[in-house]
Amino acid sequence: MKRALSALALAAVAAACSQGQARPADRPAPQSASQRPADPFPSTYRPLASAPTVIRGGTVMTAAGQIIPNGQVLMVNGRIAAVGQTVDAPAGAVIVDATGKWVTPGVIDTHSHLGAFGNPGVQAHSDGNEMTNPNTAEVWVEHSVWPQDPGFTRALEGGITSLQILPGSANLFGGRSVTLKNVPSRTVQGMKFPGAPYGLKMACGENPKRVYGERGGPGTRMGNVAGYRTAWIRAADYRRRMDGGGSGNGSASGRSASGESGASSGGSGGSGGTLIRDLELETLAGVLRGEILVHNHCYRADEMAQMIDISHEFGFRIRSFHHGVEAYKVRDLMARDSISGSLWADWWGFKMEALDFTRANVAMVHQAGARAIVHSDDPTGIQKLNQEAAKAMQAGLEAGIQITENDALRWITANAAWALGIHDQVGTLEPGKQADVVVWSHNPFSVYARADRVYIDGALLFDRLDPSRQPQTDFEVGLRPGETSND
Amino acid sequence: MTNRLIAAAAAAALAAAPAAAQTIAITGGTVHPISGPAIPNGTVIIQNGRITAVGAGVAIPAGAVRIDATGKIVTPGLFESSTNMALVEVGAVDASADFQFDDDEDQVAAAFNVADGINPRSMVIPVTRIAGVTTVVSRPSGGLISGQGLAFDLIGDRVDEMAIRSPIAMFGSVSENEQEAAGGGTRGGLFMRLREVLEDARVWARNPQAFERGETRQFSASRLDLAALQPVLRGEMPLVLEAHRASDIQTALRIADEYDLKLIIAGGTEGWMVADDLARARVPVLVKVLRNLPESFESLGARYENAALLRRAGVQVAITTGETFKAFNLRQEAGNAVAYGLPYEEALRAVTLYPAQIFGVADRYGTLEPGKVANVVVWDGDPLELTTDVEHVIIRGREVPLVSRETLLRDRYMNLDENVRSYRRP
Repeated sequence: MKRALSALALAAVAAACSQGQARPADRPAPQSASQRPADPFPSTYRPLASAPTVIRGGTVMTAAGQIIPNGQVLMVNGRIAAVGQTVDAPAGAVIVDATGKWVTPGVIDTHSHLGAFGNPGVQAHSDGNEMTNPNTAEVWVEHSVWPQDPGFTRALEGGITSLQILPGSANLFGGRSVTLKNVPSRTVQGMKFPGAPYGLKMACGENPKRVYGERGGPGTRMGNVAGYRTAWIRAADYRRRMDGGGSGNGSASGRSASGESGASSGGSGGSGGTLIRDLELETLAGVLRGEILVHNHCYRADEMAQMIDISHEFGFRIRSFHHGVEAYKVRDLMARDSISGSLWADWWGFKMEALDFTRANVAMVHQAGARAIVHSDDPTGIQKLNQEAAKAMQAGLEAGIQITENDALRWITANAAWALGIHDQVGTLEPGKQADVVVWSHNPFSVYARADRVYIDGALLFDRLDPSRQPQTDFEVGLRPGETSND
Repeated sequence: MTNRLIAAAAAAALAAAPAAAQTIAITGGTVHPISGPAIPNGTVIIQNGRITAVGAGVAIPAGAVRIDATGKIVTPGLFESSTNMALVEVGAVDASADFQFDDDEDQVAAAFNVADGINPRSMVIPVTRIAGVTTVVSRPSGGLISGQGLAFDLIGDRVDEMAIRSPIAMFGSVSENEQEAAGGGTRGGLFMRLREVLEDARVWARNPQAFERGETRQFSASRLDLAALQPVLRGEMPLVLEAHRASDIQTALRIADEYDLKLIIAGGTEGWMVADDLARARVPVLVKVLRNLPESFESLGARYENAALLRRAGVQVAITTGETFKAFNLRQEAGNAVAYGLPYEEALRAVTLYPAQIFGVADRYGTLEPGKVANVVVWDGDPLELTTDVEHVIIRGREVPLVSRETLLRDRYMNLDENVRSYRRP
């Protein structure tokens, strides 16, 4: 029953790719579930133009086990073509001298709200939490993401090349996430990571019960769990009727059963007729099929164990526990179920479920064999994930846990890519992968390190020494007319 | 193997009062006295809670406990200048939070002194001091005038003994956050209200007896608040005002000039844009370095270079985390200031000597010099680096165990196979 998730994710990627090209034609509304388009908001991202480029002279950290002093990285057609002590560069390749610098994969954040809670943080920009129902699995955060949030360019300056935008944590089911390439764009479609699987945001604990405690519930942790299970029961039924030869499956006629909006949640499906699309259950069924990855905001150890049991009851996988301040207490359970931990280096104290922190959390999860990830959930933290990883590494070493720089680098690259289901495309410096690369001024675990150059798909998106290669969002244009020159 | 503390011993160490002040000799390290250039192979002598000698080739008193700092770095303890330390245990648990006097009426709580709410047994203290932060200014928050804060060392079990100076400053805010409640929704209203309160305090002070007899006009703040503002009006107690937008900082400077106040700007996000004004007025700024987003309309000019640009213009800058639970990241803030242009030595001063000077306690704090309070940290490398370990923390001449609730939980769960044993009391 438990199928390999990575294979499923890949299948989903392939499916999304193949269908992403075709623009859906005029669609009747409402639609029958069987004819749902796999990708109604397809990525329009195309890598920017780039020349074959060799970065040489720097310390190359591949995040795939190698640290190569005075190494070389060759990027051709937006891909990593070669990595090593020396590479065979094509004639005319751009040569970048990284002597005295460090070269790593682009940094990936599994937990951001950029664009959904845009800067400035005014009410008009508060689009990340659909706090109208404890289950809003039907919302897609990409419909809230404002591409002109200056936080994106700040993150780019910190080496972030890919990131997952999640809905907030007010709801048991917060909605779909979206994974983006961190490129300037007029549209969110122009940022969407081609082929990346969707995620589903779920939330445990204090937030849902606080938000809904006086608004009809759930008001307790047991109420939270009842809410999850009730939804999964409905989702399993929806999936069975759609996939399992139920009445809805064979009907490809496009008949619309009624004029009812497909966005409504609650019991759906025609009795004996065409199954009406239900956006909420469509997302949850996508999880049950293994196409959509579960990202579960959950702090406490005991709640993570409950969520794991729920995943067993309904036959889905949890891809990553987010925040997991007590992940170290259940790190063996996480490793057993291949659940990654998207964790902070040292956040704590702001609420009861964040009290039992240890700075060694990330390292202890890593040591147990679960994939450890350092995430931000913060527009400043995302700019310094390298520093957060450095602190987590140091705390592990202090605790006597053997952590290498390659390990710590994977916490913000390869492991994060895995959590997002994009590990075959990005996350390490290996031939064939997308050329998302950062050149750092110092060792990336130094507090003095700054990203000097950031490449996305081989294109130079940011150059610290070249103002013409420093993106600026619309919001920042002409903001300080009184000022003539900064520096 | 600093980590391999036996849980029982560690717990005992956490609970027990730190060792009594003794004679300590820290030898062999590179000493950054802050008051002067670094001293290779330097010695620091500590007696009775004070530093008695610093230098190369200093004689070591008989019977001194020796700390071998060969290959290490020795600095003063770090000084966090804006926190709610020991005034809150869990952010979302209101009953544990004692830094905000909610007074929706007038937004003025000048008489509120947080000192009586300080919890010397706060679990936030050990986790902070084991990161090398030995001294804090713990402050009230919220409202136009939030109240009075104090400076204290992160050791001891009685606030009056821990305190360095209480109160040390009056705190307030003219940030956008206060406009709604205190300014009728406007900046102008907020500053009008500030002037009104200062004016009332002045008038009240001319004849407090008349007020007692009911022979004065009505005042816009309580008698206690008006009395508490007198040291501020006399220029004896600094007024720390949170301000972010460049124009708000300029307005704060004007008011300070009108009333002859000893002003300190906290936050100062757009301070770099009015750095010359600040320098001319000799008004220092408490800067949180990691702040570069236009997160509000008073912060459109936020940038990481703020500290460096202010300093370059001649403004005295103390670096702060502005955090309570994560005040232990003070060195990360200072390190980032260096990454964005602040000279290294200036960054060290900005978390040691400058906050001590800004708050008027540099006679006892901020450097390693004879006569100063013995707050000393031994690091195994650059104190501002994230991969540097803290090896020894000495506060008031007493070495504190490098143990906190956070390290105890870590050790308790280090071996999951031993749950049964772990769950016992040590």
